[in-house]
Amino acid sequence: MKNRRSGFAVPYVVWMALFVVIPIIIMAVYAFTTAAFDGTLENFARMGTYLSVFLRSFRLAIIATLVCLLIGYPLSYMMAKEGPRFQKIAMVLIMLPMWINFLLRTYAWMSILETNGLINQLFQRIGIIDLYNSIAIHFVSDPANYVPITHFKMIGTSGAVVLGMVYNYLPFMILPIYSVIVKLDHSLLEAARDLGANSFGVFRKVIFPLSLPGVLSGVTMVFVPSVSTFAISRLLGGGTQMLLGDLIEQQFLGGAYNPHLGAAISLVMMLVVVVCMVVMNHFGEGEEQAVML
Amino acid sequence: MKKILALALAVLMLSGTLTGCSGGEKQRVVNVCSWGEYIDTDLITQFEEATGIKVNYQTAESNEALYSLLKSGGADFDVIVPSDYMIARLIAEDMLAELNYNNIPNYAKIDQRYKGLSYDPENKYTVPYTWGTMGIIYNSSMVEEEITSWSAMFDEKYAGNVLLIGNSRDAFAMGLLYLGYDVNTTNEAEIREAYQLLANANAKGVYQGKVMDEIFQKMEGGNAAIGTYYAGDYLTMLENNEDLRYVVPEEGSNWFVDAMCVLKSAQHKEEAEAWINFIASTEASLKNMDYIWYASPNTEALEQYPAYYEETYGEPLDMELYEIMAAPLEVLERCELYTNLPSDILNLYNDLWIQLGI
Repeated sequence: MKNRRSGFAVPYVVWMALFVVIPIIIMAVYAFTTAAFDGTLENFARMGTYLSVFLRSFRLAIIATLVCLLIGYPLSYMMAKEGPRFQKIAMVLIMLPMWINFLLRTYAWMSILETNGLINQLFQRIGIIDLYNSIAIHFVSDPANYVPITHFKMIGTSGAVVLGMVYNYLPFMILPIYSVIVKLDHSLLEAARDLGANSFGVFRKVIFPLSLPGVLSGVTMVFVPSVSTFAISRLLGGGTQMLLGDLIEQQFLGGAYNPHLGAAISLVMMLVVVVCMVVMNHFGEGEEQAVML
Repeated sequence: MKKILALALAVLMLSGTLTGCSGGEKQRVVNVCSWGEYIDTDLITQFEEATGIKVNYQTAESNEALYSLLKSGGADFDVIVPSDYMIARLIAEDMLAELNYNNIPNYAKIDQRYKGLSYDPENKYTVPYTWGTMGIIYNSSMVEEEITSWSAMFDEKYAGNVLLIGNSRDAFAMGLLYLGYDVNTTNEAEIREAYQLLANANAKGVYQGKVMDEIFQKMEGGNAAIGTYYAGDYLTMLENNEDLRYVVPEEGSNWFVDAMCVLKSAQHKEEAEAWINFIASTEASLKNMDYIWYASPNTEALEQYPAYYEETYGEPLDMELYEIMAAPLEVLERCELYTNLPSDILNLYNDLWIQLGI
């Protein structure tokens, strides 16, 4: 039986081979060769120059993943506890932004966070900027030379990039956690209560461990796109928060056109991400089926 | 059996998606690749109706993106419209076909000033499409003085309000020009000095960010006071924000020519030349210039444009704007074309550029 059914997997296997395995092989070939396709390790030797970009990418992606988890977990938990009508409406609200093009959403954030954007204009109108100035002047060492601010700097900061990541990838955290919690067997929770656990105990000893596969796949689905994103950092980071994605894009579309170096950076990034995932799996302790795919 | 069936289906599906766009063997076509918002699309319809040749019009994001498209071999363009320095690179790498100018009689209407330039000294490969200058765009309601020098791009006075242009060639050119060096220098020390100028300004927080087309939104919305961009785009921004001003700095600047070329690999050379001839005509040039706000190299079109504008819109053309679009000779004299740089210098640009972002 099993063997006969596996025939249905052929289209997928062909697809994977054509568009996943072969490209990775091509990437590896590029990474280890020069422009004339002679073998070399020089592409990797240059990696040290980009260490700070690697560190920044991973730092921002980790922060974004943690924020998503902190917002996403309680939300999924509440949602799963509510009635089916509420769940349906909440689900639509979570999915709604994803029907709008990703770039468009990020552009919208640009005009919200701009120096002269919606938030700063609102703050100016309702006097928050003046309030800030009148307070801040008492705290500077040299009040006579205090230069009052006219706006809060939001765009072009790493905070704006994290915000963009959280906004775009939050649904990927909520959905897997929610779908795991909503399917929890109620008799387990009742049994825990019968055995004397209070509601915190039930959560800590039963619900949380059982929802871990959802958390792990949520973390993966937020972390991986965050670490490799490039449009968000260019638009919201104002080009001053270069991430790995930007660095790789520049090797392909920049003036120097060096796909070999680009492939090497991509390969290193892939390896680091895989290592991160393996370490994560370790924390999952056997409940990690959902993580890798 | 099922395995084979599934495989056959998969192959069928794939081939369907891959070949779906060809077909219609008899139809004459020409595949054109240009930049976004860089043509009056009515011209495409006109050409198709007049000749029966179908135009597949595609766009690339930048010269570098176009180059990587061509190099990766995925594209089947016939006509491309790269800028001067990229044309030089494509010629050097033997990627362009020599044109048969007998098929392009309108080439005679192109002004001598745009022929025999450094990228194609013998006029064998190119027909110029547009030309223009790079300069400083600033918001006169946010900047008190009149800006005349590149120094404004490094001045702490405007900290947080200056936009750095998002490609290394243009960004370093500002530094080189300010320091009085040649924009095409291959002297590493000079390039590093220009880099240092930018890096120091960056460390002092002068730059709000690095932008390409995001500059439209930032300058139009008053989110930044000063930026560097191209004359044609300035005129588009001006329509949405009257306070914006444009200046070609006194130290000089870059001027550019984008020219139509035919690729060596082109399948439709004859159609490509028909398209080039059509676009180079005076009528098409006038219509196009009016739409994209970039100056045409066609002598008649340039001369007739003010009259054309008055006839179309019922009001005279502001000659100051006309001179920004089509810079007069005294401005052009202090501007220089980019030439293609050797690959070690390009790598240096790339490395320094990444260092600047770190």
